[in-house]
Amino acid sequence: MYQSKWRSITNHLILILGSLFMIAPVWIALVSSTHTREFLFQNGLQFWFGGHFLENYGAILFDSSATKGRVTALEMLFNSMVLGLGFAIGKVIISMMAAYAIVYFRFKLAVPLFWMIFATLLLPLEVRIVPSYEVVAKLGLLNTYTGLILPLIASATGTFFFRQFFRSVPDELLEAARLDGAGPLRFFIDILVPLSVTMIAAIFIIMFVVGWNQYLWPLLMTTDDQLYTIVIGIKQVYNSLYEGGQIPQFPKAFALTIMATIPPVLVVVIFQRMFVKGLVETEK
Amino acid sequence: MSSQFVWFRNFKDVLSSGSWLQSAIFTAVFSFLVAFLSIAISLFLAVRADEVVRGAKSYKTLLMWGYAIAPPVAGLLGTMLFNPLMGDLYILLNSLGFEFNHIENANDATFVVTLIAVWKQVSVNFIFFLSGLQGIPKSVTEAATLDCKSAERRFWTITFPLLAPTTFFLMVINLTYAFFETFGIIDVSTKGSPGGSTATLVYKVYVDGFLGADLGGSSAQSVLLMIMVSVLTVFQFRFIERKVHY
Repeated sequence: MYQSKWRSITNHLILILGSLFMIAPVWIALVSSTHTREFLFQNGLQFWFGGHFLENYGAILFDSSATKGRVTALEMLFNSMVLGLGFAIGKVIISMMAAYAIVYFRFKLAVPLFWMIFATLLLPLEVRIVPSYEVVAKLGLLNTYTGLILPLIASATGTFFFRQFFRSVPDELLEAARLDGAGPLRFFIDILVPLSVTMIAAIFIIMFVVGWNQYLWPLLMTTDDQLYTIVIGIKQVYNSLYEGGQIPQFPKAFALTIMATIPPVLVVVIFQRMFVKGLVETEK
Repeated sequence: MSSQFVWFRNFKDVLSSGSWLQSAIFTAVFSFLVAFLSIAISLFLAVRADEVVRGAKSYKTLLMWGYAIAPPVAGLLGTMLFNPLMGDLYILLNSLGFEFNHIENANDATFVVTLIAVWKQVSVNFIFFLSGLQGIPKSVTEAATLDCKSAERRFWTITFPLLAPTTFFLMVINLTYAFFETFGIIDVSTKGSPGGSTATLVYKVYVDGFLGADLGGSSAQSVLLMIMVSVLTVFQFRFIERKVHY
């Protein structure tokens, strides 16, 4: 396409500025996390690396006193991983099965059940925190992985995605499978699941990031340090920044921030194509 | 704990309290600002990214990775940059003579929260706009280029109307985001201060219910919130969608 030179130059300028706008805060956090707290306190935030990378990150990862709790960043990363993976796996399984039932079976109460699932879209966790908390507390699931993951899975976003995909699967496949004597379970496992592999991967990536980044629910649920995810850990460290009249632990807060950011960003960047496809297709 | 049935007293209390109204007004203003600004910025960037030939892939990656950032992480980065002791943006704004103080001034605090929320949301909108732009057939844009030299006019008469479904959809997404997901940003940055002037309705549900232990009042607020979200969703789907060409 024809383009004036001037337009091309401004395009690049604007995009570089936009990229800087996105990256600058994280960059500042990254390089500031490699200085000592005294240095940061005296000289303000930094724009280039200092020499305390190993020291700061080592302390945060392996020494629980650095994170102001009884838990190290390594353990928090593990908890985040459990939450991210558990959430993604649970969500894919539940929503695939729900969508399978909705698309392929005619049964009593199908319509009201469909609308009940649809209604959960209007009830994000933020709206039902008090009752959800009550239920989980009464089941004795506070401070457990189950209590952390299960209530988050109950939402219809994934179901709609798979519903739409299953509807695009030609009916002939179902008929052919039937002729060959495949029952509903066989059809699901041997035909639908292999067909949806790319869709499953895409939604898995998105859900992993969403699960990893959960904040409100883990905040309510986990009063025990041992279950803190790294995102919750950031808040705890941040809250204790100004305690005890000492020089604030900014480098460690930054180091924790960077560690919370790297895994989901890596996942998104590495699986970029799949991720973008999944995101754009899901939300249609 | 004991409970007693009080009919609609909790609702009456909530609706007649000034703090709920203040929070509702803030939520409305905040959601509008966040949705409008982040959509405008990312549309602008996406149009440019779509035109660029060299480095298109790098720009795309550089602008979309922000999706993976957790709202509280964004909140923390923002508070650090606006830290009165050493935050670069705080120092910059004050050296420009703005007398900026987000800890005491409600408008300045709103500015900080909005900026963080917009920053966090730009990449999501960017992804959708870029894929929307790439879905526009080349023949259409080429025909338009032959007919009209002004890139700006081509954008408003051809591209923007064709992007209307994407924009509409993103409006819904952004409003929901501003309502719910900004919780993490607010809880880490301003915590609703000064004086509850930056507390969204969701944040108020949390503060009243879990920190203030007013379960009845908090639940009443949840119900009100739910009704508002339902009305918003239905309204948007019924009335705005009709005016959009697909």
